[in-house]
Amino acid sequence: MRRLPTILVVGVSVVLVAVAVGQVSSAAPTKRAAGDSVARGQDHRGGTMKLLAKAAGGTLDPQVNYTLQYWNLFQETYDGLLAFKKAGGDAAFDVVPDIATSLPKPTNGGKTWVFKIRKGIKFSNGKTVTPTDVVASFQRIFKVKSPTSGTFYAGIVGADACLKKPATCTLKGGVIGNDKKGTVTINLVAPDPEFKYRLAVPHASIVPANSPPRDAGTRPIPGTGAYYFAKYDPNKQLVMKRNPYFKVWSKDAQPDGYPDQITQDFGLTVEAQITAIENGQYDWTLEAPPADRLGEIGTKYASQVHVEPLTAFWYLTLNTRMAPFTNLKARQALNYAIDRNATIKIFGGANLGTASCQVLPAGFPGHVDYCPYTKNPGKKWSAPDMAKARKLVKESGTAGTSVSVYSPDDEVNKAMAVYVQSVLNQLGYKAKVKPISGNIFFTYVQNTKNKVQVSIQQWYQDYPTASDFLYILFGCESFHPGSDSSINIAGFCNKKINAQMHKALKLAVTSEDAANALWSKIDRMVTDQAPMVTLFNPKHIDFVSKRVGNFTFSKQFYWLVDQSWVK
Amino acid sequence: MSEGLAAAEVATHVGVPQSAGASPWALARRRLLRNRIAMVMVGVLALILLLCLAAPLYADHVAHTDPFSSNLDGTTVVNGKTVQVMQPTEGGLGLGVTPIGPTWDLHHYFLGADNQGRDVAARLLYGGRNSLLIGTAAALLTCVIATLVGLIAGFFGGIVDGVFSRLLDVVWAFPVYLLAISLSTVLLSSGLSLGIFKLESGTLLLPIVIIGIVYVPYVARPVRGEVLSLREREFVEAAEGLGASTWRIIRSDVLPNVITVVIVLFPLMIAIDILTESALSFLSIGVQPPDASWGTIIQDGQGLLYTRPTVALAPGIAIAITVLALNVLGDGVRDALDPRAKLRSR
Repeated sequence: MRRLPTILVVGVSVVLVAVAVGQVSSAAPTKRAAGDSVARGQDHRGGTMKLLAKAAGGTLDPQVNYTLQYWNLFQETYDGLLAFKKAGGDAAFDVVPDIATSLPKPTNGGKTWVFKIRKGIKFSNGKTVTPTDVVASFQRIFKVKSPTSGTFYAGIVGADACLKKPATCTLKGGVIGNDKKGTVTINLVAPDPEFKYRLAVPHASIVPANSPPRDAGTRPIPGTGAYYFAKYDPNKQLVMKRNPYFKVWSKDAQPDGYPDQITQDFGLTVEAQITAIENGQYDWTLEAPPADRLGEIGTKYASQVHVEPLTAFWYLTLNTRMAPFTNLKARQALNYAIDRNATIKIFGGANLGTASCQVLPAGFPGHVDYCPYTKNPGKKWSAPDMAKARKLVKESGTAGTSVSVYSPDDEVNKAMAVYVQSVLNQLGYKAKVKPISGNIFFTYVQNTKNKVQVSIQQWYQDYPTASDFLYILFGCESFHPGSDSSINIAGFCNKKINAQMHKALKLAVTSEDAANALWSKIDRMVTDQAPMVTLFNPKHIDFVSKRVGNFTFSKQFYWLVDQSWVK
Repeated sequence: MSEGLAAAEVATHVGVPQSAGASPWALARRRLLRNRIAMVMVGVLALILLLCLAAPLYADHVAHTDPFSSNLDGTTVVNGKTVQVMQPTEGGLGLGVTPIGPTWDLHHYFLGADNQGRDVAARLLYGGRNSLLIGTAAALLTCVIATLVGLIAGFFGGIVDGVFSRLLDVVWAFPVYLLAISLSTVLLSSGLSLGIFKLESGTLLLPIVIIGIVYVPYVARPVRGEVLSLREREFVEAAEGLGASTWRIIRSDVLPNVITVVIVLFPLMIAIDILTESALSFLSIGVQPPDASWGTIIQDGQGLLYTRPTVALAPGIAIAITVLALNVLGDGVRDALDPRAKLRSR
């Protein structure tokens, strides 16, 4: 998932070819209840949590919006059949039943999922959730042309027809509701070991059956969460209030929130936002603190700063279909030459990133430390090896080639590009920096017509599977020449590696451990082929006001806003 | 012929003591040399120019630094101690990295480092070279094109004047910064290619051409006005009566009298062009990294205003001093070439 500021349609062709039956381990909801914490919670209930963002995050439609800014708030306002557990740390990767009573075991060779719908759950307009709403919600994913309709949900029976003619989408034979029995059956074309994750993201939110079959824009759609969107002016403010019809049915999936109201104001500069939080006028900002304020907030306001490692990576895409990076040695040379510590310094210092050479982030399924591009090759990166890099450039015969480095035009990304330009020049290339407005950068660099040789990129997980990094970013099926939605920006397509990826996807249906072991191998293979230069795995900073308590960071959706209190 | 007439006129009107045989240029030079403030500014400009020209000497032999390469892991010496150029925050959560501040030691990061760990003083000098070069070259381009357009439009009049004047109106109609930004944004990615005339993106010629063109109407209009006036003067009619060719009249009678307007405007145009270049570079559409100009250094310093304000302040001060000096010099040149203007203003 792309993160800030807008996550546009990632036309990722996640064509899962798994064929065997999926053994989905049932993640039993973990009870969090404790008498004293409930009592303590009651004491802290109330108040207004005041959030800040530089700008609004676009549409409020949970089935359309693809930004972290609002995905974060959809956690409190909408529910799916399943949900990622609202918990801190790695537990946030667990999928738990939400509107469904349990996480079912797929039948029919892994292709059929039958969900029992909980009784008594109500939308914020007072209407009770029924299987009809669930079926309509899945149809609506296609009717509103959700950014992930062609990827996450393309494996549902009938999705092909819906993708062709969204307006008349019925998902016939794909999603079947039975109001009497209170069940919803989902049939897939092929077993999909990642389907449970896809049901737990906001695009699979359950909304009323009579929701408009188009992007709702600034008009909020009723949801089932602890809060509802009461007011939204993209130029000014977003207001969330308690859902009067909400009753806790699963603390893991949708716990009660502490604040009575949550607001997000737009328009202040990041500098002004940081000052406002220091002064206690606001409680949190979506934006990363500017580089020249990090020292101040990390010393004077240390108790208000929360730093969390992310399952994400910063990397350079190297276009394997354009000189000089058609040459493996040229790609490897840049990998040897880049000083990861230098890039971490640009990002904010050693405490905000961990140097890396490989695709899978530390702590991610399938990750095994591996770094061939360092002074002492082995498991961890230690220092750049310019001598080796220069030797490789000489051997490749690519010195003197012009190379353009594309980056978004914000301060950190541009500084990163200038550093890469400096390294490329030292290696004998003629490098230029091409900063592009952040609004168009992501789509621009994906299109092969724009002939992007090197670009600065970040990738944040959609859900915790190795394929979300390796297959999506470097699979042959993710490369679409001439399209703005070609997330395999390097244009990397190695048939041998791609076959291994397909094998791992199949294997995940029967054994996640075996699949992860294979993904480790694939991670090494991709790293050796160097279609990218991995820079570092970032950490996330949240700067909150003094009054914010019980800060809980979910690795899946970041700060759980409503699980913090302000009184 | 005409020069003598014009000079006599000037001398009579302002009561300047006439020196036997002194040309109007010699008179103007004397007046300029007597203008102490203008001379101080000439000295200031000369000093800035010399310092900027000495940039490679400073970088190579004094600071021993490469101002165009990132130096994020580099070290330097302050008070005999080796310290990191990019200094991690000590204490607290250890967040953030701050470039070293001014050491006031010419050998070691005199004005501190920028966010790439590069020596700000060295980049300031190199940046000055580019800013002055672009400013001067763009002003020259503006003046040459504007003089030609003004002469042709004003002298020939009629349909020729109509066509040129409307063209100038079209350029004039756009807010100058908006036009410069639009042109830069478009040309920066692909460069400029007009037949055999080709400019690669990223070269300094691109901002020179863009800035040079957008200011043409600002000089061409007063030139055209002056030519329209001169066209009706007796010495031009006399030359026509003597059978002088059109181009000879333009070259020998009109141009010498109109060139003073251009000379007065030239330093002012350099000042304006330096400001425009800085604005474009600040917006990342002027001088491209790793090259520097005063505008790019201000942009580099923008993100360090809170911790290292010197990075943005130093080029800001350099721009302010240079532009002030050029404006005062421009006034001095005007007073020297057209003393009547000074009298009128009194």
